[in-house]
Amino acid sequence: MIKKSKLRGEFFMQGDIACAEGAIAAGCRFFGGYPITPASEIAERMAYRLPLVDGAFIQYEDEIASMAGIIGASWAGAKPMTATSGPGISLMNENIGLGMMMETPCVVINVQRGSPSTGLPTSWGQADMMQARWGSHGDYGSISLSPNSPQEFFDLTIVAFNYAEKYRLPVFVVTDAVVGHMTEKVVIPPVEELDIIDRKYTNKKPADYRPYDPDDDLIPPFAKAGDGYRYHSTGLTHDERGYPVMSEECQRRCAKRLVDKIKKNADDIIITEEHDIEDADVVVVSYGISSRTVIPAMEKAKEKGVKVGFLRLVTVWPFPEKQIRELSKQIKGFVVVELNLGQVVLEVERCAAKHAETKLVGHPGGGMHKMDDIVNAILEVANEQ
Amino acid sequence: MDKLRVKISGYGGQGIILSSYIVGKAVSIYDGKSATMTQAYGPEARGGACSSQVVIDKGQVDYPLVDSAEVLVALSQEGYDKFFHILNKGGVLFYDKDLVTELKDHTDVVEKAIPATRIAENMGKKIVANIVMLGYVTAQTKFVTPKAMEAAIRGSVPQKYVDLNIKAFTTGYKYKKE
Repeated sequence: MIKKSKLRGEFFMQGDIACAEGAIAAGCRFFGGYPITPASEIAERMAYRLPLVDGAFIQYEDEIASMAGIIGASWAGAKPMTATSGPGISLMNENIGLGMMMETPCVVINVQRGSPSTGLPTSWGQADMMQARWGSHGDYGSISLSPNSPQEFFDLTIVAFNYAEKYRLPVFVVTDAVVGHMTEKVVIPPVEELDIIDRKYTNKKPADYRPYDPDDDLIPPFAKAGDGYRYHSTGLTHDERGYPVMSEECQRRCAKRLVDKIKKNADDIIITEEHDIEDADVVVVSYGISSRTVIPAMEKAKEKGVKVGFLRLVTVWPFPEKQIRELSKQIKGFVVVELNLGQVVLEVERCAAKHAETKLVGHPGGGMHKMDDIVNAILEVANEQ
Repeated sequence: MDKLRVKISGYGGQGIILSSYIVGKAVSIYDGKSATMTQAYGPEARGGACSSQVVIDKGQVDYPLVDSAEVLVALSQEGYDKFFHILNKGGVLFYDKDLVTELKDHTDVVEKAIPATRIAENMGKKIVANIVMLGYVTAQTKFVTPKAMEAAIRGSVPQKYVDLNIKAFTTGYKYKKE
């Protein structure tokens, strides 16, 4: 039994549990959700842990209500989270769009399983990557982080809360059933050593405050509920007061800022990990659990004389366009390793098209890539004339 | 050996998952190496086939799943039948000699048998058979130190059963062929 409200130390911990602990460490005090394999352990842990830190856990009737619930909690001032898998995200997408439009900080965890539809409930895949980017209708910038270990599931859940608070939007952590159910060492530092970002509040007087009037960073400051500020927030296209305005001009301002606030801050948001990129002829691009097959495959390819590097996408969205474009001018080609039949590879292709070749090593999920398939793809790209 | 893959198989209720958890915790928290534990996650129930696995590495564990293994621990005939083929040449097979009675004709693996369940029954608690087995495996393979295993056991079983489990571990650790 855990007596302490906040954990610290070294643990042999499951990924899903590490995610829940990351949320608590980041200051999450509200969880709204509906359990689903392979994300159920997150809800279970939050149900147990939140009361110990004066937080609240609500199991809703479904995922549609869960997403609505965390949006409400966020507007009441809490840092909220939900956790689900692909089928749940499909149900949440309408309200995720509402969260984007109302600019609501919250974190949405997707522990991906085999898909489409109910697919493989107890097995894994990475075929929700485009859903994470484009799942709800309309134009909006979005952020997705992709951990490949329980430690990173802990760390990136904190980062997700920081981004959600800083940029005012629902932020995704998109992992998979292997990472969610895998147990490894997780180091939880003391809370005071963590970098925690909280949402920005206005210093204007109530009479001068307009809820959707952005600062130079394109982010509008909040007012605290109950402090006497007038508020209007809606899913309709709105002006700086938050009032619906059905004009082309207002639509441009409103939608464009939702896209720009992420696009213009992309350098601050994007996290990647590089291995041996400098003099590489071939660069492997991967993320999440797939990335853990890449390092041994790289070693094998190197034994065969190929200069191969590895770019791991810790954030998948916003996509590191600049980095791929730069790299494409220096190398022969990219090999993209993912547990789907071709999603993030489309982005690599788009950015590399002019200068370098792109090859997919796909897999429909429910298993893992054969190491030789990755090695062979690296050799093929390296040996192409 | 830098890298070692361990598969533990039996039936639900034998503490198959807990066994891998204890090994992984011992290695990664108390022995300073890396360990990744994964478990077969399906509609398993008490009495049904069940398995878990740990990858141990001096450095980081890259590929986390166990498609082939250096060590297979079988606590049931079904567990043995299902997984003996993943054992590598030169690998070590540990099995409960009362529960796994039909062995294939192995020529290229090392067989190590212990009546773990019988020993546990003689101690008064059949459920510590897995810990007896872990004691034996620890003594015979040396991929994890007994000190680390004891520490991991202490932190992983209910308080009132700690002494019993440590005794079970020690008994397995000291086991000599009958």
